[in-house]
Formats: sequence, C-alpha cells, structure tokens
Amino acid sequence: MMLSGWGRFPYQNCRVTKPTTEAEIAARIAEGRLIARGNGRAYGDSALSTTNTVDMRRFNRMIAFNGNSGQLVVEAGVLLSEVIATFLPRGWFPAVTPGTKFVTIGGMVAADVHGKNHHRDGSFGAFVDWIDLMGADGVVRRCAPDVEPELFHWTLGGMGLTGVILRVAFRLRPVETAYIRQTTIAAANLDDAMDVFEANQDATYSVAWIDCLSKGASLGRSLVMLGEHASPRDMGYPKRNTPYLVPVKRKLAVPMDAPAFALNTLAVRAFNAVYYRQGLKKAGTELVDWDGYFYPLDGIENWNRIYGRRGFMQFQCALPLANSATGMRALLEAISASGQGSFLAVLKRFGVQSGHFSFPMEGYTLALDFPVNAKTLALMAELDRLTVQNGGRFYLAKDSRMTPYTLRQADPERVAAFVKMRAETKAGAAFSSAQSERLGL
Amino acid sequence: MMGPVLILGGRSDIGLAAAHALAKRGHPVQLAARNVQSLSAEKADIELRYNVAVSLHEFDALDVAGHEGFVDGLDVLPQIVVCAVGVLGHQAEDQRDVEAAAQVMRANFEGPASVLAVLANRFEARGSGTLVGISSVAGDRGRATNYIYGAAKAGFTAYLSGLRNRLAKKGVHVVTVLPGFVATRMTDGLDLPPKLTAEPAEVGEAIALAVEKKRNVIYVKPIWWLVMAVIRNIPEAVFKGLKL
Repeated sequence: MMLSGWGRFPYQNCRVTKPTTEAEIAARIAEGRLIARGNGRAYGDSALSTTNTVDMRRFNRMIAFNGNSGQLVVEAGVLLSEVIATFLPRGWFPAVTPGTKFVTIGGMVAADVHGKNHHRDGSFGAFVDWIDLMGADGVVRRCAPDVEPELFHWTLGGMGLTGVILRVAFRLRPVETAYIRQTTIAAANLDDAMDVFEANQDATYSVAWIDCLSKGASLGRSLVMLGEHASPRDMGYPKRNTPYLVPVKRKLAVPMDAPAFALNTLAVRAFNAVYYRQGLKKAGTELVDWDGYFYPLDGIENWNRIYGRRGFMQFQCALPLANSATGMRALLEAISASGQGSFLAVLKRFGVQSGHFSFPMEGYTLALDFPVNAKTLALMAELDRLTVQNGGRFYLAKDSRMTPYTLRQADPERVAAFVKMRAETKAGAAFSSAQSERLGL
Repeated sequence: MMGPVLILGGRSDIGLAAAHALAKRGHPVQLAARNVQSLSAEKADIELRYNVAVSLHEFDALDVAGHEGFVDGLDVLPQIVVCAVGVLGHQAEDQRDVEAAAQVMRANFEGPASVLAVLANRFEARGSGTLVGISSVAGDRGRATNYIYGAAKAGFTAYLSGLRNRLAKKGVHVVTVLPGFVATRMTDGLDLPPKLTAEPAEVGEAIALAVEKKRNVIYVKPIWWLVMAVIRNIPEAVFKGLKL
C-alpha cells in the first residue's frame, strides 16, 4: 500500500503487515529489512520499508502502573493520547512529551523525543526504566541503564534500527491540575530571545515561536512561552474543585488538500505578522489547558494537508551552545533571504543530553517546515551546510531528504559507531527503513 | 453502581472494543471466550485503564448444551450482553463442503442464538437488561461471494428482531449492530475501501451509544444505510446477473 510519514513526502509502495503475536513479529524479522511503524507521526521516511513494514498498533495494551513511583508499563503500540486520557485524571502526566499526543510509546523511544522541558529534564529516554526489544535473532531482551546498557542506549534514538520495541517501562510525573500557567514574553530579535531563554533556565517549560521572515534589526523576533504546571490555587472557583477536568473543545479539521498557492510567502508573512502582534497584546501570564498548551496542532485534524498534495518537509537541527548565537543568526538570515517562510518555526534551548544516538545536544534547536519544491530543497541544503559548519546535528524523526554525506559530516563518530553496532548485532540486515537505506545507516 | 457487561466472543476485535467503550463508562466487564485465560493481558489492560473489575469466563459458542450452565456460572447476571461471536468462513470452500458451511452457520447463528436465548429468558424474568447482537450487512441480501456467512447473519438479524419484539414490553432492550466493513483481524488481507471501513474503536463507541440511547438497529458508518438500501432494492432479475 502507498504509505508516507506525517509530512506526506515521500510516499512509497510498502508491504505492510499488522501482527498480533510476538511469534509473527519474529517471523517477519527473519525476512529482513524490517521497520516497525507506530502511528506514522515521524515526518519523513523513518517508518517506511517497501518490503517489510510492521504496523505495531495491535500491541496496544497497558500492562501495569505503580501509583507510588509513577512507573507505567505498556506495549509499544499504546498511544501517548491514551496514556494521558487514562492517567491525567489520576494526577499523572508524561514527564516528556513531543508536540503531538498521537505518537506511540515505541515511537517515542525510537526517536528519543524531547519536549519543552528538555533544558531541565532531558529527553524521554531519561524517564525510561527499561525496554523489551526483539533482536535480529527473534529473541526478546530486556535492556535498561544497568542491564545490557549498550543496547539500551543505542535503542533510545536508534529509530527502530536496533530491533523491534515490544514493551516499555517509563515514569510519569505527578501534576496537581490539567492546566499550565503560561507566560508569554515578546522578544524583539534573536539575541533578545536567547537572553530570555538563558534568564529562564529554571522554568519548567520554555519554547519560542519565531518569525523566520523578519529581517535586519528584528531578525528572529519571537514570542517566548514559558510554562509551569498550575496548582489548584491558580484556578478560580468552581474549576478548582475539578482540577483535572478540561471542557471538551470542538475539533477543527482540514477537509482536503489545500491548493499550492494557499501557502505562498505573502500568506505566511501576513500570518507571522498578525501572530506576533497578537502575541504582543497578550504578553503576560494566563492559564492554558494541557491540550492547548502541549498539542495546539492536534486540535486541527489532518493539519498536514495545509501544504497540499505534494506534502511538506521538516527541518530540525541542534547547535552546540558555543555556536548557537552565530549559527542561529546564519540560519535565520538564509531563511529570510530566501523568502521561504515557515508557518511553524520553533526555537528552543536544549539542556545536556545522554544516550548514544539521541538527537539533542546542549545548545539551541530550530525547527521549521516547508512545502516540497525545488526552492525549498535548495534552501534546506544550505541550512544543512550551515548546521554542519556550526557543529550541529539533525533530527532523524523529521528528515526525509538529507544525504548520507551530510549526516556523516555532522556526526562522524556516532554514525560510524552505530553502523558498527548494527553490523555486530546483525541488526543491520534485519532492520532497515527507507531512511536508513538512504542515509547508509 | 453500574451493572456488568458480558462480552461473548471476548477475543474478537469488536467485542474487545465494546468492552473498552463500556468499561470507560464505568461498567465492570465479563469477558467470555474459548481458552479465556489467554485474555489475561486484555483483562489487565481494561482494569488499568478504566478502574473497573474484569472477570474471565470459559465459553464455547458452539457448545449449545452448555449455555445454561455457562450463564449459571457467571458470578452476576450482567446488565448488558454484547454478542460478538462469529467467523467469516471461506465461501469458495464452504459452498463445496457441507460440514464447513454448517460450521459457519453454527458459529454465526446457532451458537449466538442459543446463548442469547438463555440470557433473554433470564433478563425477561428480571425485567431489565440490554442484549446487543453483532450481525452484518451481509445478511441484508445474499450475494454469490459470501452467502453462507450472509445467510447465517440474516438468520441472526431476524432472530434479534424477533427478540426485540418479544421483549419490548418486558423492560429488555435488543440492539442489532450492522458494522459494515471493519478493519479487524478477521478482515486482514481483504482490500477494503477506506471510506466504508470502520476502526474497531468506532464500532465499540457506536455500541456503547446505542445501548445508552436504546437504539434498535444501527449501522456504524451512516453511509452503509444508503449502500444497503440501494443493494436491497435492486430487482432480483437484475441482481442475479451482477458480480458483487
């Protein structure tokens, strides 16, 4: 069947199976070139294999929860949205969450996702206690920081290329309400925005929406949004009595593919200008419910259609702290000079990161999306070059078009070690995705 | 305190989806299936998600002689029963093999009708309860490609209709569910049109809503009502020449 990632580019004709038992997965592994697929939220070709894509969504049972430690054990195909629906009413929330709740827990491990609290808490992997992984030999191994630690650290961020993730034990964090106290700070330019991040290192959550079409003195003007879990005291009556209750909102949907002209530079420029001004007006502190705060785009069903039939590409890099100011400036100058604006441009401070192949590094990350066309492809090649030049690296969960050469320039030691590890464990032949084959992993 | 829901065919994707949707509303669950101990992961999952009790009950739909005993063995008489027992069969083989055809008819009609008969009598005596039967649009008109399954489902649909009529004044409600195509293990490998195909969770939600609102006959995707209205109304002289 024709299959793509969330960016709807590229599409590939994939053989997809949907096993029910571990024995069936083992049989698929024996066929080779297998990639496990969760809910298809990686943007590019991370979860595509033309010959052997394994849909893991029938492995969707919750196994156990420890109400003292907050440890939850689930099968890999359970969705984060189900975890929240089940445990937020009991006072628990994911310790790390990406920008959509429609990801599987297995996918969160494979991409070692990060959230708005990375600067303080690290990536999802920091809250994973163990992983049950089926290897190239069909044997299930439980790996943890102190049991098979090598396998554990390669699997976090390993994009499903070390084996099939079957079960995961991870910790939730206790929360008192379903609300976030959000403070919005307008930053006139990039330097300002980075100053705000540095001055707010102790904020639980921080992220900036960045206007990537602004130029000159206002290059990188941003709205920095800080967040803290609200306590019932922050809420008025009668809401305070039902702190985990959020009124049901109407869900918007994009009913069809938008035509290509809908998202031209003018539209993006206008949107960005209006958004920034709106942000200036409401700068200050407000109470936002969890869904609106962490997952604003989940409220719009099929938002990936706004880029039209040809789909879109994401670009996300991380730069080391020392080069962040100059590197981010260079990236933003290249983008604004190209006039290829992105609706969703996000800047964020990263903290320290462990793991063998996880994406984040201490410094700053920039995430953008672009419609698929020749101009944006050229721009992204330029952004690749600037990232490499500044010692940065790339997020594979968003990539659909990088070259193996770029990846090796950015990350030579880690890539070489990963390829070696895959060869030694025979994972190289058993597990591969369209992405891993493109990148020579 | 909400009464329990008994799921007959507790291994089926639709049965499990109904269990989730009703457990979410606070009903304890009784899962009944053959080799039921292998459903312990499902039991743990439902208990964890919805904070309701789940019990497992050994049940063989084809063992009609055992159905009284099966119902006697339940710790509590359920408030709701969802019968999701059934097999699709293989038309090409079943039309050549009488015994295979009989198995399909037993699994889709005789077994479900038998166990619902026992439960209907108990519900009638108690004066309350809801019986939900998962039938099929295939029962609306026999087609060359699946008429053995369709005939059994047609029988089951008529049976449910009769039960509903009989029990309407006795405080017992009967729901007939005609799911249309559903993406389940039963239909793996079939090339189903996405717009006509429901996810099991949609069917589960539709069942829970139908129970709450006392619906009589539901199609899960409304488009199916139209599709089947058209199919039912094609004159037989034309219909017999069609490839469906």
